[in-house]
Amino acid sequence: MIYEYFSNLTGSEVLASIISAFLPLFLFILPFALIAVLLERKVSAHMQDRLGPMRVGYHGILQTIADILKLIQKEDIIADQNDKPLFNIAPVLVFAGSYAVFAAIPFSSSYLGSNIDLGLFFIVGISGLVVAGILMAGWASNNKYTLLGAMRSAAQLISYEIPTIMIVVTVLMVTGTLNLKEITELQSGYFWNWLIFGGNIAGIAKYLLIPFMFVGFVIIYISTLAEVNRTPFDIPEAESELVSGYHTEYSGMKFAMFFLAEYANMFAVSAIVVLLFFGGYHSPFGYLGNTLGLSWLVPIEQLFWFTFKGIGFVLVQMWLRWTLPRLRVDQLMAVCWKYLIPIAFVNLLIVGLITLL
Amino acid sequence: MALKTEEMTLNMGPQHPSTHGVLRLELQLDGEFIIDVTPHIGYLHRCFEKHAEFMTYPQVVPYTDRMDYLASMYNEFGYALAVEKLLGIEVPDRVEYIRVIMGELQRIASHLVALGTYGADIGAVTPFLFCFRDREKILSLFEMASGARLLYNYIWVGGVSRDLPPEFLRLTKEFVDYFRPKIKELNDLLTFNKIFIERTANVGILPLDVAVNYGITGPMLRASGLKWDLRKNDPYSVYDKLEFEIPVGNGRMGTVGDSWDRYYVRILEMEESLKIVEQALKQIPEGDVLSAIPKRIKPPVGQVYGRVENPRGELGYFIVSDGSVNPKRIKVRGPSFVNLAVIGELCKGHMIADVISILGSIDIVLGEVDR
Amino acid sequence: MALSTILIGMKVTFKHLFEPAVTIQYPDVKPQLPTRERNRLYVNMDDCIGCDQCARACPVNCIKIETVKSLPGEDLGQTSNGKRKALWVTTFDIDIAKCCFCELCVFPCPTDCIYMTDVYEFSEFERNNLVYDFVTLTYSERKEKKDNYEKMMAEKAAQKEAEAKAKEQSIKDKPEEKK
Repeated sequence: MIYEYFSNLTGSEVLASIISAFLPLFLFILPFALIAVLLERKVSAHMQDRLGPMRVGYHGILQTIADILKLIQKEDIIADQNDKPLFNIAPVLVFAGSYAVFAAIPFSSSYLGSNIDLGLFFIVGISGLVVAGILMAGWASNNKYTLLGAMRSAAQLISYEIPTIMIVVTVLMVTGTLNLKEITELQSGYFWNWLIFGGNIAGIAKYLLIPFMFVGFVIIYISTLAEVNRTPFDIPEAESELVSGYHTEYSGMKFAMFFLAEYANMFAVSAIVVLLFFGGYHSPFGYLGNTLGLSWLVPIEQLFWFTFKGIGFVLVQMWLRWTLPRLRVDQLMAVCWKYLIPIAFVNLLIVGLITLL
Repeated sequence: MALKTEEMTLNMGPQHPSTHGVLRLELQLDGEFIIDVTPHIGYLHRCFEKHAEFMTYPQVVPYTDRMDYLASMYNEFGYALAVEKLLGIEVPDRVEYIRVIMGELQRIASHLVALGTYGADIGAVTPFLFCFRDREKILSLFEMASGARLLYNYIWVGGVSRDLPPEFLRLTKEFVDYFRPKIKELNDLLTFNKIFIERTANVGILPLDVAVNYGITGPMLRASGLKWDLRKNDPYSVYDKLEFEIPVGNGRMGTVGDSWDRYYVRILEMEESLKIVEQALKQIPEGDVLSAIPKRIKPPVGQVYGRVENPRGELGYFIVSDGSVNPKRIKVRGPSFVNLAVIGELCKGHMIADVISILGSIDIVLGEVDR
Repeated sequence: MALSTILIGMKVTFKHLFEPAVTIQYPDVKPQLPTRERNRLYVNMDDCIGCDQCARACPVNCIKIETVKSLPGEDLGQTSNGKRKALWVTTFDIDIAKCCFCELCVFPCPTDCIYMTDVYEFSEFERNNLVYDFVTLTYSERKEKKDNYEKMMAEKAAQKEAEAKAKEQSIKDKPEEKK
């Protein structure tokens, strides 16, 4: 609907598609990344019985603005031996790879950036840009430790894409389509229709699916946690391992890009989990707009529900970060290849059998 | 045709977020595995032993505080015991009980730092803050009694510098009741967490014969299976009148003597210290704490070796006196110095990430290593 | 088993999310310090008798004391616990940057004139400002006391010499008389 609105406004389809793909980015995700930085500091502080930022603004609300101003005015240091083209492109790739995902995610029934038929496939593919960006950053910094960190990070990201894709294929077998908008439409109605509770299928197959869908949800949550390099999987950016990982040599605005890309990535993966398993933008109870008879209120409510569920999962990610210690590199790989992949595979087979019913 | 590999030398330099203090570790690596670790120390040497030759006996006490700054009460305790042995004086009972209460509270505070920073090195930041919050309560108790939070100058030769303030005993009892459930919370959060166990069990195994050969003492030795504690084997002060157990590592989550055992022995020791403090609070007599402090300390010619059980091991003072008001020579046997020597043996065959885990479980304080 | 320990840990952290924080907002709210707190030193010069015990007890030699004997006729007054003062204290410098706050100087003082206050915010921009001078006499007064003392000593020395000469003279005279 947004797309039609803009193409009517500007009269050109290309311009309309560009604007409608960028719009969620600037209106929603960039402010979210800025808020998420502050939210993490406050949430972590209250979990640890302390207060967090309190001085800038009322109870520290303007802290992120202060941080961004500080990062913008820093000197951009490029060492002599660095590979300049790679060094400069790497943060751009990581940033683009994280933010481009949002073009295909439906925020509400009338607010979809671009209605691709291969929505899920696009999302998984674009996340691969991040791997390339990290490897470039590690290599171009000309530093033994960052190279080690970048290679570990690349290995981690590539290995953990496999369980993610297997669970995506599981959901695909249940829904039959890769188009994200149709997957969400399949889950309309009350929360009983959500895919984690078996989806819209009639009959006994629905109840049989519930435990396997639940296992699938846990696996995809863990593997996407590893995709975004959060504890317990944050070896690449750990401070008390050798040094700060692949973004040691970056300063100023480039570092800010890595930073913001991480938080946007967090929201992106929790958005994917919400879309696949928890009903996307549908409310669990029915719409206030429908009961009141105001049909223009419904998309706004859907946006609210989508944001609410997305931020809920982001908060759970933060909660996990501040509770758990870090896994060692070989243990991380062992968890992926020895535990997650076999379980995901068996899950896939069983769900496939059930859908034949 | 075999692949030619070379060893790489990596330097974990004096400035590093995880080595506790200024310690330089030189790692010889073969790929990701470690062949040898050489510690380089001396970055914090402050010539304590030479200074002591020009001070009078009471003036040395602030200097002994500053050696192991996380367990200052015990440093002063050891020095006071050694000089009292040399002088041959007896201290009143109330002084002994005050010294025991202060020492055991200091043991809890020191172990809280060790456990908190160990968790922070592994990656769990939250238990670090919880440990320091509890440690603040102990430090305010010390502040109430002596006036300072970290370097006390409280236990003097022949007694203590001031008597306890009237509300100290009541507040200590409240602290003991407050702290017991916090140990359980720490166990829930960190000790029995599966990821923590994966990181620390079977890492840095110290066999018992190697430990005895190197001269290791303290929780490291007890975690390898030997029940040796100076408070029971060579009792000093009033420890023979108090009942407590000596926790020993038994390989519950891995092998006997790994890093998890050392961590768990420290947690059990904190519980035992709480028991000792409770008993001492009940048994403490009234009396005068200043009566046995001599006016001028001029010990007879001779030498003495006095030792106590520091939170890190056996702390010993060897004092040679030539009859004047200055000691002729004081030599300190610092437990962290002796315990650090074994790090080469412990790290063989492990990965780089494990070096940090092993170093944290040895629990060194650079002030004591370098003096 | 792994998942259950992780969930127990998460429950602990979640519970702490709702407990009040223990931080004190420092410059606005200052913590309550106990009465025995060992912070900056203060010397009450009215009570100081110049006995040098505190300077001798200090382990880092941060107290510098110089005294001058008073003339026999002068009355310097009494300290608050009844001792008569007999020395002018012309220098009493404490280098608070060297001080290790160990309180060893407080115990030997016979009149309790040196003690530790509860002031802990005393940073300065220049290092020289951290050498505290406690003497209340002005520079000219100090110089005056020193000059008086030296004059008196010189007079005494001159008197002694005169007496010694007179004695010699009398010894020289005496044998003459005997003859």
